[in-house]
Amino acid sequence: MISTRILSTGKVRLSIVYAFFFTLFSFSTSLSAQNHPSDTTSSSVNTDAQIPGVENVEHKTEEGKFDPTAVIMEHIADSHYWHLWGNTSIPLPVILISDKGVDLFSSSKFNHGEDAYQGNHYTYKLIEDQVFAVDTTGVVDKEASSHVYDFSITKNVASTWISIIILLLIFTSVSSAYKKRVGKAPKGFQSLIEPIIMFVRDDIAIPNIGYKYAKFMPLLLTLFFFIWINNLLGLLPIFPGGANVTGNIFMTFLLSFIVLIVVNTSGNKYYWKHILLPDVPWWLYPIMIPVEIIGVVSKPFALMIRLYANISAGHIIVLSLISLIFIFKSIAIAPVSVAFVLFMDVLELLVGFLQAFIFTMLTALFIGTAVQEHH
Amino acid sequence: MGELFEGILNHHLGFVVWSAVAFLLLLVMLKKLAWTPILGAISERERFIESALASAENAKNEMARLTNENESLLKQARVERDLILKEAKELKDKIVAEARTSAQVEGTKMIEKAKHEIDAQKVTALNEVKNQVAELSIQIAEKILRKQFEDQQKQQALVSDLLKDVKLN
Repeated sequence: MISTRILSTGKVRLSIVYAFFFTLFSFSTSLSAQNHPSDTTSSSVNTDAQIPGVENVEHKTEEGKFDPTAVIMEHIADSHYWHLWGNTSIPLPVILISDKGVDLFSSSKFNHGEDAYQGNHYTYKLIEDQVFAVDTTGVVDKEASSHVYDFSITKNVASTWISIIILLLIFTSVSSAYKKRVGKAPKGFQSLIEPIIMFVRDDIAIPNIGYKYAKFMPLLLTLFFFIWINNLLGLLPIFPGGANVTGNIFMTFLLSFIVLIVVNTSGNKYYWKHILLPDVPWWLYPIMIPVEIIGVVSKPFALMIRLYANISAGHIIVLSLISLIFIFKSIAIAPVSVAFVLFMDVLELLVGFLQAFIFTMLTALFIGTAVQEHH
Repeated sequence: MGELFEGILNHHLGFVVWSAVAFLLLLVMLKKLAWTPILGAISERERFIESALASAENAKNEMARLTNENESLLKQARVERDLILKEAKELKDKIVAEARTSAQVEGTKMIEKAKHEIDAQKVTALNEVKNQVAELSIQIAEKILRKQFEDQQKQQALVSDLLKDVKLN
């Protein structure tokens, strides 16, 4: 019952952490799941679709039961709105590229999924925060939807931009400090950042890559600080934080894909010989070569899953603890929840750094194996 | 399985493209604006510190060398000074000793000479005194005689006296 519901929600990508979550809240979800008849036929519009920004109201079922699963999944998922508080959200631009052309409008037109919007080319509706093309009666047109590509500036895209602006502000100011104080000891903010840069260089890049490290420093530093700042922004409960950028599997997919490209384009002849002509008897080649080729992909794949799962799990635990208040419907549980959330947030500060470190270090390790000289 | 990935490109390709553009843009901008100048400045400073440390080490070695040299020079000078002092002392002692012996010899000589002189003078003086005493005695005797023999009678008496003594045997 529960698993069919997962399939129907289209949030299957979260299934790994979902399992963890369910062990925590199986008692409450099993109750609420009964009240959500699963609608596996996605062609018909679910008019009771759960809409972001109004979850506290919307997610109470007819009996007034609070559904933490939906609330949490919605919080950690991407959205076309940037929810602020209560029913207030910042509408974000929706950009839809279809076979007929481009449609650009504000997500406020969807009225949190209540209304269909008549665009230039199709009529669109927001169902579970995903844009579908619908026909005049408000039913999803599967054929038309398959031609519509969603290039919206979503919450995660906007959050990525915010993190990029913060990073550029930080590092241009640090960089100008270096220009002003040539040959002198670092001072102020510069001396806060320099040890971290040195950490990436001396403890991540040099031990793993060796003397060829300099070429890869920009990538490693950018990865490290980008992941870290997004992990930290994700911990902020309200705007400009609150987005789950590094806990979004598509973002971690992109990052690990870049790692895959960099590692394999910088691989030298020893690296390729190790994969295509490993030092084993020839009759083992049918086994070894596929294994090595799977290894090429599985290493970045592990990076992708690790970062995504760790950050999403952190968000889920914090949200679950907060949900306890609504599950028990008692203000008395609030101090307990807040205490645990505080503990988790502090832990997540550590995890945010740790995951950025691990991602960068494994990237350096993979690059190191690719550029290593064998004697 | 097909249902699982249904619409994944429609809904998520845009996000991947946006984040790829954003991340690559960030990478390029940070590389140009931050990483190259910062890493350059850091390695420049490291080189500077290294060379400064090396030159400090050199200066220390040079200093130690100079100190050693000074010390050995000082030691040598001290030894030389001691030697000179010793020589001077020996020389002084020798001179003093020589002076003493020569003074003694001279003194003895002078004393000897003075003795001879004194002796000679004494002899001369004694001789003169003897002569004068003799002369004086003669003069006194002459005067006495002359006084005695002014009177004829006395002369007669004396002659007779003398004659009396002289007994013609």
